[in-house]
Amino acid sequence: MYETKYHKASSVADAVSLIGKSDDGKLLSGGQTLVPTMKARLAAPSDLVDVSGIADMHGVSISGSTVTIGAATTHADVAGNADLQAKCGGVACLAAGIGDPAVRHKGTIGGSIANNDPAADYPAAMLALGATIKTNAREIAADDFFVGMFETALEDDEVIVSVSFDAPAKAAYAKFPNPASRYAMVGVFAAQTADGARVAVTGAGSDGVYRQSDMEAALDGDWSPDVLSGVQVGSEGLLSDIHGDATYRANLVKVMARRAVAGCA
Amino acid sequence: MTEGIGARVLRKEDKRFLMGKGRYTDDIVEPNQAYAAFVRSPYAHAEVKSIDASAAEGMDGVVAVLNGEQLTGDGIGNIICGWAVTQKDGSGMNMGAWSALATNKVRYVGDAVAVVIADSIEQARNAAEAVEVDYKILPAVAQSVDALASGAPEIHENAPGNVVFDWEIGELAPTDAALEGAAHITEMEITNNRLAPNPMEPRSAIATFNAAEDHYTLYTTSQNPHVARLVLSAFYQVAPEHKLRVIAPDVGGGFGSKIYIYPEEITCLWASMKTNRSVKWTSDRTEAFLTDAHGRDHVSTAKIGFDKDHKIVGLKVNTKANLGAYMSLFSSAVPTYLYATLLSGQYNISNIYCDVQAVYTNTVPVDAYRGAGRPEACYLLERIMETAARELGVSPAELRRKNFVTSFPHETPVIMTYDSGDFATNQEQAMTAADFDGFEARRAEAASRGKLRGIGFSNYIEACGIAPSAAVGSLGAGVGLWESAEVRVNPVGTIEVLTGSHSHGQGHETTFTQVVAERFGLPTENIQIVHGDTDKVQFGMGTYGSRSGAVGMSAIFKALDKVEAKAKKIAAHVLEASEDDIVIEGGEVKVAGTDKTMGWHEVGLAAYTGHNLPEGMEPGLKETSFYDPTNFTFPAGCYICEVEVDPDTGVTDIIQFVASDDFGTIINPMIVEGQVHGGIAQGIGQAMLENVVYDDDAQQLSASYMDYAMPRADDLPNYSVHHASTECPGNPLGMKGCGEAGAIGSPPAVINAITDAIGNNDLSMPATPSKVWAALQAASAKQAAE
Ligand SMILES: Cc1cc2nc3c(=O)[nH]c(=O)nc-3n(C[C@H](O)[C@H](O)[C@H](O)COP(=O)(O)OP(=O)(O)OC[C@H]3O[C@@H](n4cnc5c(N)ncnc54)[C@H](O)[C@@H]3O)c2cc1C
Repeated sequence: MYETKYHKASSVADAVSLIGKSDDGKLLSGGQTLVPTMKARLAAPSDLVDVSGIADMHGVSISGSTVTIGAATTHADVAGNADLQAKCGGVACLAAGIGDPAVRHKGTIGGSIANNDPAADYPAAMLALGATIKTNAREIAADDFFVGMFETALEDDEVIVSVSFDAPAKAAYAKFPNPASRYAMVGVFAAQTADGARVAVTGAGSDGVYRQSDMEAALDGDWSPDVLSGVQVGSEGLLSDIHGDATYRANLVKVMARRAVAGCA
Repeated sequence: MTEGIGARVLRKEDKRFLMGKGRYTDDIVEPNQAYAAFVRSPYAHAEVKSIDASAAEGMDGVVAVLNGEQLTGDGIGNIICGWAVTQKDGSGMNMGAWSALATNKVRYVGDAVAVVIADSIEQARNAAEAVEVDYKILPAVAQSVDALASGAPEIHENAPGNVVFDWEIGELAPTDAALEGAAHITEMEITNNRLAPNPMEPRSAIATFNAAEDHYTLYTTSQNPHVARLVLSAFYQVAPEHKLRVIAPDVGGGFGSKIYIYPEEITCLWASMKTNRSVKWTSDRTEAFLTDAHGRDHVSTAKIGFDKDHKIVGLKVNTKANLGAYMSLFSSAVPTYLYATLLSGQYNISNIYCDVQAVYTNTVPVDAYRGAGRPEACYLLERIMETAARELGVSPAELRRKNFVTSFPHETPVIMTYDSGDFATNQEQAMTAADFDGFEARRAEAASRGKLRGIGFSNYIEACGIAPSAAVGSLGAGVGLWESAEVRVNPVGTIEVLTGSHSHGQGHETTFTQVVAERFGLPTENIQIVHGDTDKVQFGMGTYGSRSGAVGMSAIFKALDKVEAKAKKIAAHVLEASEDDIVIEGGEVKVAGTDKTMGWHEVGLAAYTGHNLPEGMEPGLKETSFYDPTNFTFPAGCYICEVEVDPDTGVTDIIQFVASDDFGTIINPMIVEGQVHGGIAQGIGQAMLENVVYDDDAQQLSASYMDYAMPRADDLPNYSVHHASTECPGNPLGMKGCGEAGAIGSPPAVINAITDAIGNNDLSMPATPSKVWAALQAASAKQAAE
């Protein structure tokens, strides 16, 4: 690891100011992506501004039908939140399937969506739920937030504070883990929202997470796993790597979508 | 006797491991220690035009930047291969030079060109990045088959066509004739995937040169510290043997990868002399993928013929073995004498011919990895047997049984003499344990849930306890393969055993102790096993090839014979009885049929006080044995795997895995079961998960756990492990060896089960979900076409 300066931010404003003053600083949340990258000497931030201690950025709160999750809330806290389990079990369940216990007790939702790994789980949920990503500066709709592989709409030094979404009527996530990394080789989050069916796919797209509009249309007509059998999923635009080619991923998109819809609560 | 042979004694070494008090090489800190960071080639094949270390040399904490010119200039020798294989035409191997630090050319990604020695590891790494190397990139090749193609880049000048050797065993003409006359022929192309060894503890070395005494000490992660010392001094000229101490303290797994003496250890020793500092290097996981010797990587074609009664008439095999960029220590022996000599399997086959082309590629050197050659042989033979049974429409169990060797000794056409075994009993035991008869009902039940069940066999035999020194010498080995032991009885009767075997997970401190406890009826807590230090242990060949039981324990056994004989003489003298009447049991030395007795500790005391010894006897009670076996040993068994495949995703669940092994005498069933469990886990890893993948530029695509799938607990079933043993006639304890059997026997059982489930034999390892799914699609497309 290269040398770096560590700062612990006490508030969102503090974090914004610290990161603004730094040379080539990076926000640090759970460190489950950033620290391994630094250890592999693939990242060399001059400063680390740790947001994990900012009280405002922690916890799951539910008011009416709106669910808000602080950006620094760990995967374990999301997975274990009883209110969330009742309101939107799909998200809790997704969080419970990320990495291993150590990762879940450090890694956070903010870090995950800021990173927008094409194989990460949370982006699928955020996109399918039509979530709003709130930063220190603005609110960004999930449809606009996830721009491409490891790319988001975040400006330099913009801090995600929380995400929020309206609890869907039904939602579930089905993940096919990569045999090595156990990230999503294909993950499909299906949600019956006030705006209709939304289906988001992670792990498969060569441009990162995306919505499967053919499936959404089919599900709008009939919310059932069987209706998806009629949807053609082509392999164009899908990833091929040593774990599976685009044809296989296309198949998995279909299988996981069926399983997600079948598993919906 | 609750702690003797056959008892489930808990592992003595676990106390320190569970307390976090294991002492591994990286735990050792020398005063004034500096750190080494290697400058490694990012290219698989390139000329090194120049190395500019000036920027690095000026950086904080940098002690020295050293390169290959300096290393060779100081007379450090090239890295050797310890086994000379003779080619078909009688000529020697085409071996290219391997310098610990590459000079004018790099041949694989990770090949080291320079080393930075600095006060801290971070300083060393920063400076290593600042060393500027001017490379001229050359075309690279990663696959053996491509390296043999005309026009392939030449990796070593003296290996034309990248052929290291072209070797054969068995008789070609009779084999061709037998296959010509066969009633049925089964032919297959079989690849054995390339594996990275991944011991939990990465390699590490800390070298200290003592200028005042012209003496070197090397702590390192070695399976065989004496061999390391021998090679480092005799061949690499680092220091004469008596001026070099090699210590392999606790070592966290080896699986073969820690047999070899790598560039890093050599460089640390030399750099310690150059800088007058202790020099430490510990591999990180990426370096481990890039530099630890890989395993397997065979591409073979095989042809087996049967007569009308389904008896095998002949087997013909061609294998292309990828040796990587340089010849590692035993690389030549693995695809030859450790591989093709096992191609007869458990079967009576009169005609076998195998030829092997060993090939240089721009990849990490390939050498022995748990099983070393035998997994490749077993996989090839057991897959083609199962496929043949399917083609012939007969039960795979029956086809095998019909061809079993049933009388011993049995000489195969590939120079092995099997000494014992009862293959039918192992098969029967496994089939009973697996409820083989109930399989069709289980298959139907699974089908009712939309799942595909399959069952597969593997009847393995392997050769352990490598081997009589004269025999391996005649086949080209550069060393003898005996083992030594010294048994020291202390004046108070406690015992130290100094062994040349090395424990890095095998539990020697427990099993070796049990053999001693059994002999004298002593509690195991009175016995200490000492190993892994060339200053303490007389000599030793180390641990690999499942040799520590059959060879290492036999040496202890022989030394115990001598100790027992002397103890009896002393007791007979003290107790005024005849030596022949003395019995030793329960820690007492008695005169049979009388109440005359003395404690074991009193014999020790008598030996060391020397007050009352028989006329002419030297004081002391300490004996040494160098044991050289008379043959390999031949563990064998039958493995059955049952799987269920999800046709939607290709995901394979292992429903059950049954093992019936013949390991000869078992010292500690718990430890043996543990070895079998671990071996099968590794075999399942190879069969379903693990794969080193190179791209067209010979860059590893799988050099981290993000992409290299190690087996995890939830990938593995509960094992059903059984034993049906025949005693090994070749050594005093009747032992065969159990360290590698699981890894050797299991891959074909898994693949035979999956191919049975999906109805398509065309499936290669690792059978990942995507590959199984694709094979299923191919099978149903074929069915639709028919
Ligand atoms: C072994 C292992 C297994 C894993 N398995 C999975 C898996 O199965 N599925 C999965 O989805 N993920 C997986 N992960 C990744 C894990 O979920 C990470 O926690 C997550 O991707 C990043 O979150 P973090 O809090 O650790 O962020 P960090 O690593 O601290 O930061 C990641 C990036 O986000 C930025 N960032 C952090 N917080 C903010 C913020 N509030 N505003 C703006 N930018 C911010 C950082 O600057 C950095 O660029 C795994 C990780 C490991 C180590």
